[in-house]
Amino acid sequence: MNALVSVLLGIAAVMFAGAPFLIDAAPQESTMGLVQKIFYFHVPAAMVTFAGAFVCGVASAVFLWRRRVTADHVALAGAELAVLFGAIVLVTGPLWARKAWGVWWQWDARLTITLVMWMVFVAYLILRRFGGPGSEVLAAAVGVFGMVLVPFVYLSVELWRTVHPTTNVIRSLPPEMAWPFRWCVIAFVVLFGALLLARTRLESLRAALDRAYLAEED
Amino acid sequence: MRVLHSRSRSARVRGGRSWRQAGVLIAALLACGRALAAQTAQTEFVPASQVPVETLPAAPLVFVAYAFVWVALVAYVFALWRKLGRVEREMRQVSDRLESRRRS
Amino acid sequence: MMAVLRAAWLVAQKDLVVESRSRELAYTTVFLAVACVLVFAFALVREGRAPDDAPAGILWVAVAFSGTLALGRAFERERQAETLRALLLAPVERSAVYLGKLLALLVLMAGVEAILVPVVGLLFGAPVSRAPVLLLALLASGTVGFAAVGTLFAAMLVRARSRDVLLPVVLYPVAVPVIIAGVRGTAAIFAAEPDVAGAATWLALLILFDAVFVTLALWTFAPVMSE
Repeated sequence: MNALVSVLLGIAAVMFAGAPFLIDAAPQESTMGLVQKIFYFHVPAAMVTFAGAFVCGVASAVFLWRRRVTADHVALAGAELAVLFGAIVLVTGPLWARKAWGVWWQWDARLTITLVMWMVFVAYLILRRFGGPGSEVLAAAVGVFGMVLVPFVYLSVELWRTVHPTTNVIRSLPPEMAWPFRWCVIAFVVLFGALLLARTRLESLRAALDRAYLAEED
Repeated sequence: MRVLHSRSRSARVRGGRSWRQAGVLIAALLACGRALAAQTAQTEFVPASQVPVETLPAAPLVFVAYAFVWVALVAYVFALWRKLGRVEREMRQVSDRLESRRRS
Repeated sequence: MMAVLRAAWLVAQKDLVVESRSRELAYTTVFLAVACVLVFAFALVREGRAPDDAPAGILWVAVAFSGTLALGRAFERERQAETLRALLLAPVERSAVYLGKLLALLVLMAGVEAILVPVVGLLFGAPVSRAPVLLLALLASGTVGFAAVGTLFAAMLVRARSRDVLLPVVLYPVAVPVIIAGVRGTAAIFAAEPDVAGAATWLALLILFDAVFVTLALWTFAPVMSE
């Protein structure tokens, strides 16, 4: 398993190293200009954030109803990654928005619910950290609710008027922009996979260590 | 009887330190106030037609965005790596101890 | 199914009877709600008038804050009297306990909102009687959504550390979509040119939220409380 993580990390590192060259070679967008290039990291990070939220939700559900301890570790890893990549989305987004829309933040549907979703998983981590013993089960309930919130994020663009580029943008990308974009998506997904495996492994090892210490005391 | 003595030396030092801290704070506040006053005072008036149109340069925004992504990811991977190493090391130590105890 | 509902009604009755004797929650929750409205009035009113969408927002913020207080107190009472374990040990479905607590909270919140809406109408000149059925439906479905999630979280946090601060921490982000829909729908009714169709859309969204959240909470209550 260690080997798989290293391989995935290696691939991700190479892809991330190559990404700036591909992004630089891509043409500038006609209305937004240079600042639109943030899109190549912003959108894949958003996709991976949703993936993390989904992983956390599913793993939380498995833990809640089947009490499989590994599921709890996966859920924690998923939540942490959702918060990490969510932070990337919420920082790169406003930087893009400042130039493209003139303001740092808009209270439109997608931004608002992305922020809310991010906060749900921050709350998950806070609950696990400060809730005392037994908080894994409570946090699992929060994780499940957080995951159910995710579809509403996606629906929000269709249901409400918003200045956020609609999801149609991705389907209609010209090839010179599509390839760097796909490259970045794969890079982020590979990195996400590697980090998910590694973080889950850390939790499992910690649990094993606790058990070992207990065994030692006997 | 000791209670009625004047404050002990350490307490006096601490008291002296708190006076100095207060002094530093007041000096800092005064400096801020002066800086603020200097900012609000204009040196000259510029007619509106001569003021250049402000366009926000995009390059710094793009740079900061990518820099943040790199820093965040590298920091997380690094922290994870270190924690994993530490836990694996402790695991080895504990299992070694358990092994030696089982053997003895 | 009938057994569950009957048991839920018993649990709710118990809560309501206890409440009617002391009326602690009723007084404190109503007072907090009105105090909330006042604070926001002082924050937002300029030259004697509040900004256009303020009454709707203030109404729902007051509902959320006072609802959180009521939730915390209701379960704190159970914890102090150690009756929660008794409830969970009772030979009824766990979901009956959840439904009963939810029902009792909804009755309490209905009373609070019955006072809150006229107060907001009076203080801000909001047209609360313009579309009473629609407004009632919005408030009802929004409160159900908020209370559904809140009751689950408050119950599961009863034995956790830092439970007082953790309840808002976990509840508000998850309940925000309900608040958004409630405020947007109410604002559509209160607007100078009322948008009844828009408000109806928000109501539909709220009902969808309610269906999802209540079902999820019902499923989750038993496994979460079973330790």
